Formats: sequence, structure tokens, C-alpha cells
Amino acid sequence: MSLLYSEIEDQLRAAVRDLLADKTSPGAADDGGLWKALARDIGVAGLLIPEELGGAGASAREAAVVLEELGRTVAPVPFLTSAVLATRALLAADAAEVGDLLERLAVGESTAALAVPFASSPYRPAGADVRVKESVISGRIAAVAGADVADVLLVPVEAGLAVVAADDPGVTVTPVTSLDTTRVVATVDLASADARIVATEPGALRDSLAFGAGLLASEQLGIAEWCLDSTVGYLRERTQFARPVGSFQALKHRLADLWLEIVGARAACRNAADQLASGWSQSARVAVAVAQAHCGAVAVHAAEECVQLHGGIGMTWEHPAHLYLKRAKADEIALGTPGDHRDALADLADLPAPA
Amino acid sequence: MDATAVRERVAAFLAEHDPATTDPMEFLRARFDAGLAWVFFPPGLGGLGLPRDRQPLVDQLLRGTPDNDPGRIAIGLGMAAPTILAYGTEEQKQRFLRPLWTGEEVWCQLFSEPGAGSDLASLATRAVRDGDEWIVDGQKVWTSGAHLSRWGILVARTDPDVPKHRGITYFICDMHAPGVEVRPLRQITGEAEFNEVFLTGVRLSDDLRLGQIGDGWRVAQTTLMNERVAIGGGMPGGRRTMVGMIADTWRERPELRTHDLHQRLLRLWVNSEVMRLTGARLREQLAAGHPGPEGSGMKLLFAKLHQEASGFEVELLRDEGLLYDDWSFRRSDGVDFLGREAGYRYLRAKGNSIEGGTSEILRNIVAERVLGLPSEPRVDKDVPWKDLPR
Repeated sequence: MSLLYSEIEDQLRAAVRDLLADKTSPGAADDGGLWKALARDIGVAGLLIPEELGGAGASAREAAVVLEELGRTVAPVPFLTSAVLATRALLAADAAEVGDLLERLAVGESTAALAVPFASSPYRPAGADVRVKESVISGRIAAVAGADVADVLLVPVEAGLAVVAADDPGVTVTPVTSLDTTRVVATVDLASADARIVATEPGALRDSLAFGAGLLASEQLGIAEWCLDSTVGYLRERTQFARPVGSFQALKHRLADLWLEIVGARAACRNAADQLASGWSQSARVAVAVAQAHCGAVAVHAAEECVQLHGGIGMTWEHPAHLYLKRAKADEIALGTPGDHRDALADLADLPAPA
Repeated sequence: MDATAVRERVAAFLAEHDPATTDPMEFLRARFDAGLAWVFFPPGLGGLGLPRDRQPLVDQLLRGTPDNDPGRIAIGLGMAAPTILAYGTEEQKQRFLRPLWTGEEVWCQLFSEPGAGSDLASLATRAVRDGDEWIVDGQKVWTSGAHLSRWGILVARTDPDVPKHRGITYFICDMHAPGVEVRPLRQITGEAEFNEVFLTGVRLSDDLRLGQIGDGWRVAQTTLMNERVAIGGGMPGGRRTMVGMIADTWRERPELRTHDLHQRLLRLWVNSEVMRLTGARLREQLAAGHPGPEGSGMKLLFAKLHQEASGFEVELLRDEGLLYDDWSFRRSDGVDFLGREAGYRYLRAKGNSIEGGTSEILRNIVAERVLGLPSEPRVDKDVPWKDLPR
């Protein structure tokens, strides 16, 4: 086990960073080309999928590094929703029943979304309001992330997962005006759509959400790092009262504190990714809860400081700071709030609530 | 020298000096002379010129043999020794390093003054040349172990007519010299961990000067850098923590639990875990030979967590939080964070954000050296020390 980045992880980061620098900028929409390039050229779509199914057979550690970079650019790609959450859910399902879906996901031919509200926490997975009868599914699921770009929807049902094609005539996916404009949520309406039910291990949904939450922390780390870097850069340049604004101690101390929070976030993220890479255990659950309890708030704090310390320009639509603020705030809710994860530690760390 | 050669050398040493029958001090002197004291020091000075990461192996092989008292010699080991090694003359190295390491001679640090804390370079203790000697007058403060010490590392002003950083010289102070007066300094916890040291007409021979005249600030940087390494690297991993102890109280005493305290305890527990992981990551970086800037932050994190946790504990204990174990004025040679009562922890933790660099100064250091933010405009940079407002 290690809390550092391996050489391979550094190389992966460099490849993702170069491609993002080349093909996108914060706030730019993806016409599909960016995700294709990431998914196929670098192979991030199949990172978590075993080699025998056409994936890279990598672990949560590598996926975490990709998420750090995607957080840094608030890139509008479905890596977290398809290559992490949906993929993890499928990997927990009966391989024979899943068929070739994982192979198609691995090469970026297909994109999936786990059809749960993005705010679902691993500790209280929201029971979707859906009915299944003989391979026909109906119901509505609100605030699903990644559904707008998915061609396959995975709907949690009692027996496991219902695999539904997004282009089924009974499926309507309606993107809603979202706080986070770089990852919009959508309402999924199912009206007697065809579904293929695949069985999963008990607790698979909870584990998939926890796995996603543990890795979301790395995206939050990337967001916080960008916010700190850009704020430091701005405060070195910006002059008021005939001095660089960054020479004022009141601001330096705020940034030093933020840097410290981020140092802690990096250790917590690496620990969560490392624990998740070695399978489920009590310590992995603790690591996820700790990373989420810390990193969600750090990303929001960093983005809020970024807006405030940029002054007027930080409040404009033109400057990208708002994209990070919106992503950070939405991420704070996604897959359990910091408070949800802290509450979970009452059990996980044996710190019982008052009777 | 590889691990096998180190093992052989230790085995040969032990064959010649049976720890069971050798006088403990003789054993330590012999260990120093065999180069097995600090193997990363040069040969002839207690070492073998090996990389620093060979030391744990030697310590492990010699575990259970007579040892020096690391608490007693901490300042000598962590601060005086690296500075003497870097700036001392051959005579000084030969004279001071061996009894420093064996613990025969204890060292203290005469840096801070009542008027020079965070701004150490503004120090006012004067050293005036008199033939082959220097006459030192001034007052130092926060000197732990001064009453036990044979020597002190001292910075004093030798030229008041130049800007503050340039007029300082570094000395080794003879703590037994006439004019050295050590008084215990009572702190808010009741006892005295530290001293005030009054220097009145203290005569120090010029061969107790370390480094060039006027170069004391640069010499002191070596001391202070090693202090930070010692603080950053000394953060325990896996040892019992303050939050761990509070969590035990929480588990054992359900009658103390409230919803408000529960929420705060969960936050503290997360912060403690994040700090543990940060320390673990830092140690991994050090071991890999890439010490990151994270080290500068550990002390800040540690101070904040200790203060929050100890304040929480007093409140958690309610009735018992109104009590204190012992206000008597006495000397204490260390900090017993976990061995004493909650009130002591609460008060002693206040020092964590002051000692060894205040949290405010550390934030400046992080902002300027790690983040590269510009420094505040300096009004004292080119002004002779004697003209500075005080």
C-alpha cells in the first residue's frame, strides 16, 4: 500500500492532462469528440474493466488520478457516471447475464449510467420508484447524472439491475436545468420499456455507490487544486494599493489554510483509492467516509475562496471560477453529503450517538 | 556500506564491548568511537559517512544495549550537533560532539528573547569583543533544560550598526560561566518546563564562536532548519492520539454523550484521521527521498487539532472539566500530554501554536515558500539595527 503516486499513475495523469489541454477548456461543451478521445485513445473508459473483457484491468488508484485531472478542468465527460459508477455496478453483476456490455463500455462504444438520484448516499440508497413485470419496466427516477449522454441505463431493481436501452421507445430522458452546468442531471421516465434483468450480489448497489463516493473525492481534490492554483496566480498578479494583493497577510493566511486542507485531502483521497483498490473491507469503508467527509467540504471551500479572492471578476460569467463553484457544490451533495459520511462513521468507527 | 557490512560492523563492535558487562557510559563512548552513534556523520565524529537511512538498522541492531536519553539530549542532537558539524572548527567538532551524543553534556538553545520572538533577527543580547574573549549581556527566554545544561547555542548581536540580519554572531555559551543565571519560567499549566536565562558580563573565549563574525544568522538557519525537520519527522505514526483517547472516553461513558458533542466528535475524528494520513504520506515521501513541502504544514495541523480536541474534552467531561490535577510550581522536563488530566492538556496545547514558530509565522512561510506569494513590504531591511523601533 502507498499514499504516493506510482510512475504509471504519473504517466496516466500526464496523458490525460495533455489531452484535456489540447481538446477542451473549462466550460466548453463536449460534442462527443472529447469523451471519444479520452475513452478510446487513452482508454479511460475501460480502466476498471478486466483485461479479458477488453479493459485495462487497472484499479481505483488509476481511476482516481483520472478523476483528479477531470476535476481540474471540470470536463463534461461521463467518466465518473459511466466508467466508474455504472461499470462498478456491472462488475458486481452475474458476468454471464451481463453479456458483451462491459466489452462495449471498455472500448467506449457504449456509455452507461446508473439510474439513481445523484444525491443517493451509500448509507441510504434511494429506492427508485420503478415497477418491473416480466422484463417490462415503468417508473420515474429524478436527478440522474450522466443519463443525458448514456445509451444504456442501469436501473436498480429488487433482483439486481435492469439493463434498459436509452433509445427504447418507452424511455424518455429529460435533462433539467442544473446547478452544475458541466454535469447536468436528468429525469428518467420509463413507460413500459424493455428491460433485461441481471442478478447482482446482495449489497451491490450500496457498494457501487460507496466505490463511486470514494473516487469522487479525487475529483473534488482536482477541483480544489485548480481553485487554489488559479487564486494564487491571480493574487500574485493583481495589484491594489500599489502592491500585489497576494502580499497582504490576511489573504496569505487564508490561502495557507486552504493549502493545508488540500494537503489533507490528497492524503485522504490516496488512502481511499488505495483501500478501494484492494477490495472491500471495514477499513475501505472508513477510508471512503473519511475522504468524503473531508474532501467535499474542501472543494466547496476552495471554490468559494476562489470566487471571493478574485473579487469582481470572480463573480462574472466570463471567468471560469463559477463553473468550479457549481461543480463543487453539486459534488458535495452527490453520493452523500459530508454530514452523511460523518454520520456513517458513528458506526464505522464505533462512536455511538447519544441514546 | 551495504546492510550486511553494517551488520558485521555492529557484530564486531558488540563482540569487543559486551553490553552486559561494560559500564553504560563506557559503552556509549565506545559506540561513538566505532562510528555507530550517528552513522550519517563523518568517520572520526561518531559516524561512518553513510546515508541517513542506514541509521534505523543500526539502532535496531543495538536495541536493548545502553542508550542515551533522547529526551534529555534532544536539543543537542537535533539542533546543536548539525550546526557544529556544518560550521564548527575541527577542534570544536572533536571537543563537543562526543559528550553531546553520549549525554554527558546536555545542551540548550539560547535564541528567543523577551523582545525577539517571531522576529528572532531583531535580538538584542550583545556580545562585545575584549581581546580573545567576548563579553555577553542580555536575556534569553523559553530555554528548556537550561538548568541541566553544560552548553548552550547562543545568537548575539556583535554589530548594532548594520541591518539586523548582518550583525549577529553565533556562539557556544558555557552555561557554567560566571554571570549565567537560570530561573524557572512558570507557565499557564502551573509548572516550569522552560527557563529564563540572564547573561550578565558573561565572558566567552573566542574559540567558542561558531562560524564567522556577523554570519550568525546564516549559521542559525542550519539550526532552525534542523528543528523543523525534527518536529516534522517526529510526528508519531500509529501511537495513541489525543482524539483516540477522547474516543475511548466517549465509548466508556455513555452518560456524557449529547447530540452536539457527537457531531463535533465525528468532525474531530475525521480531522485526526486526515492528519494521521497526511503524516503517513509525508513519511513515505521522506523515505522515497522526496521530502515535500507538506512538512511545513504538519505542525500547523497538529496544533489546531490538539487545541480543538483538548477543548472538546474539557467540555465533554463537565463536572470533571471544572477540576485541575496540580497547580504546584515545580520543574518538569517534558510534556506529558496523555498521562495527565484534561485541564492540563487543554492549557498545554495552547503552546503548540506558539513554540517552534507560531502558527501565524508558519502560515507566512507556507504562503511565501510553498505558494510563492510575495512577502509583505519590509520596513527593517536596510535600516541599521540600532535605529529600529523597539
